Amino acid sequence: MAKLMRFVPTVLKNLFSPPVTTSYPAEPAVYPERSRGHITIDIDDCISCGMCVRCCPPGCLAVSKQEYTWTINRFDCIACGNCVERCPKKCLHMVPGYQEPMGAKTEEVFRKSEEAIQAEIEKKRIQAEKAAAAKAAMEAKKKAEAEAKAKAEAEAKAEAEPKAKTEAEPAAAETKA
Amino acid sequence: MAVDLSRRSVIPYGPQHPVLPEPIHLDLVIEDEKVVEAIPSIGFIHRGLEGLAMKKDFNDMQYVIERICGICSFMHGMGYCEALEGIFEVEVPDRAKFLRTIWCEMSRIHSHLLWLGLLADGFGFESLFYQAWRIREKILDMAELTTGGRLIASVNKIGGVLKDIDDDMTKAILKNIGEIEEELKQIEKTFLLDYTVQSRLKGVGVLTKEQIHELGGVGPVARASGVNVDLRKRGYAAYKYLDFEPVTSNDGDCYARCNVRLHEVYQSIDLIRQAIAKLPEDRTLAVPVKGNPDGECFVRLEQSRGEAVYYAKATGGKFLDRMRIRTPTFANIPSLCEMLKGATLSDVGLLVITIDPCISCTER
Repeated sequence: MAKLMRFVPTVLKNLFSPPVTTSYPAEPAVYPERSRGHITIDIDDCISCGMCVRCCPPGCLAVSKQEYTWTINRFDCIACGNCVERCPKKCLHMVPGYQEPMGAKTEEVFRKSEEAIQAEIEKKRIQAEKAAAAKAAMEAKKKAEAEAKAKAEAEAKAEAEPKAKTEAEPAAAETKA
Repeated sequence: MAVDLSRRSVIPYGPQHPVLPEPIHLDLVIEDEKVVEAIPSIGFIHRGLEGLAMKKDFNDMQYVIERICGICSFMHGMGYCEALEGIFEVEVPDRAKFLRTIWCEMSRIHSHLLWLGLLADGFGFESLFYQAWRIREKILDMAELTTGGRLIASVNKIGGVLKDIDDDMTKAILKNIGEIEEELKQIEKTFLLDYTVQSRLKGVGVLTKEQIHELGGVGPVARASGVNVDLRKRGYAAYKYLDFEPVTSNDGDCYARCNVRLHEVYQSIDLIRQAIAKLPEDRTLAVPVKGNPDGECFVRLEQSRGEAVYYAKATGGKFLDRMRIRTPTFANIPSLCEMLKGATLSDVGLLVITIDPCISCTER
């Protein structure tokens, strides 16, 4: 008989203890801090480098530099956290809370705020100006170098002329002094 | 011996079957009620993940490899990382080794508890099945607390780990594994001493030590037949610093397999305690790995289902040249076919469950 009654204590304990399940959604689900639920982005910090797109194993991300957007297909995302790990600006975050069910597989598009776009355009303009200035400086330098070279060549040519003339020049300078 | 073909019939078993968690197909040749021969066919969920390793950056592949299977997830990721670390010849920091060991043992506990539940379901003891899975929920909570995912950990990285386990977490783990131990002790009596359970498990599907050697059985199936083989004794990760002996049994039947797995849960609990006690203070989690892999490496791990083999070959490119994974279930299928011979049709489901089949692993 004892052989047959092994499960009885467990059954009795079970009968007089509260259920182990939580009555979700009446009770909220509690996730630990590290829970890999879904990815969020601080879109204004994003530099559209595309690192996240290249390292995404299922390929669910897209970045557009022209349109200032970051797009995620949450139904393809496997929440591995690789993009969060690789982001050079650390603007991607893994936060708790799983993807809600939806009627269709839609993509979520994040677009930069107007201020951020203006700031970026301004930054680009300044950078372009700087680049133009640098280019101009470079060209001027090149020109100067070419002129100096031509001058040096001319001097070398002059040096090849009769020695007497070149010796006479410093003498003339001394008398002037 | 003359075979009476008129008495033979072939029963297709699976790929869809109530007892099977995943699709495997067996053609059972039966005579009356007895199985004479079982012909397996696999390949229903082949996803070509090894081929994918040749088309994806080796760094990102870690996240794909660990999604081969939901149950052995952590150890798949770890095996891949160890293989790549072997190619790069980098030494993982000590703390990362201990953390890997803790997560390995946590996944072993939840895998074995899942199996115990499936076994109870297999012999028709539904309430015992739920008891085992109720206990399993605690270790899954701990996995979520420490890694962020209940099953898929995503904490491995070539050269170390990504996340640390802090003091609050170790306290929570110790508290939870204590509770698991206590609760498991209570239902262990039902698994091992209950009359009805014994009548279904004892003397069913016996495999001798010689048969295991011949068929290449691995893991708890081999250990239940008295083969003292445990790859953890190889001393990978932090196992060389921990004190343990493989759990073995000499009976070789379903009861012995149940017994071995039950005691391995206690062993894993003990290993976690040892690892937490010896956790190094130095909080370096990973060493940087630079450049592209060039060379080949072969790694053997003890997963919860048995020995898994990882082979990676690279020739200095961004992608691997070849990735090969031999999983424990694949090695155990010949043993399964052997133990099915002579079993009654009613025991087939139970016998398939006792090798702890993980078909997703097998077919990758």
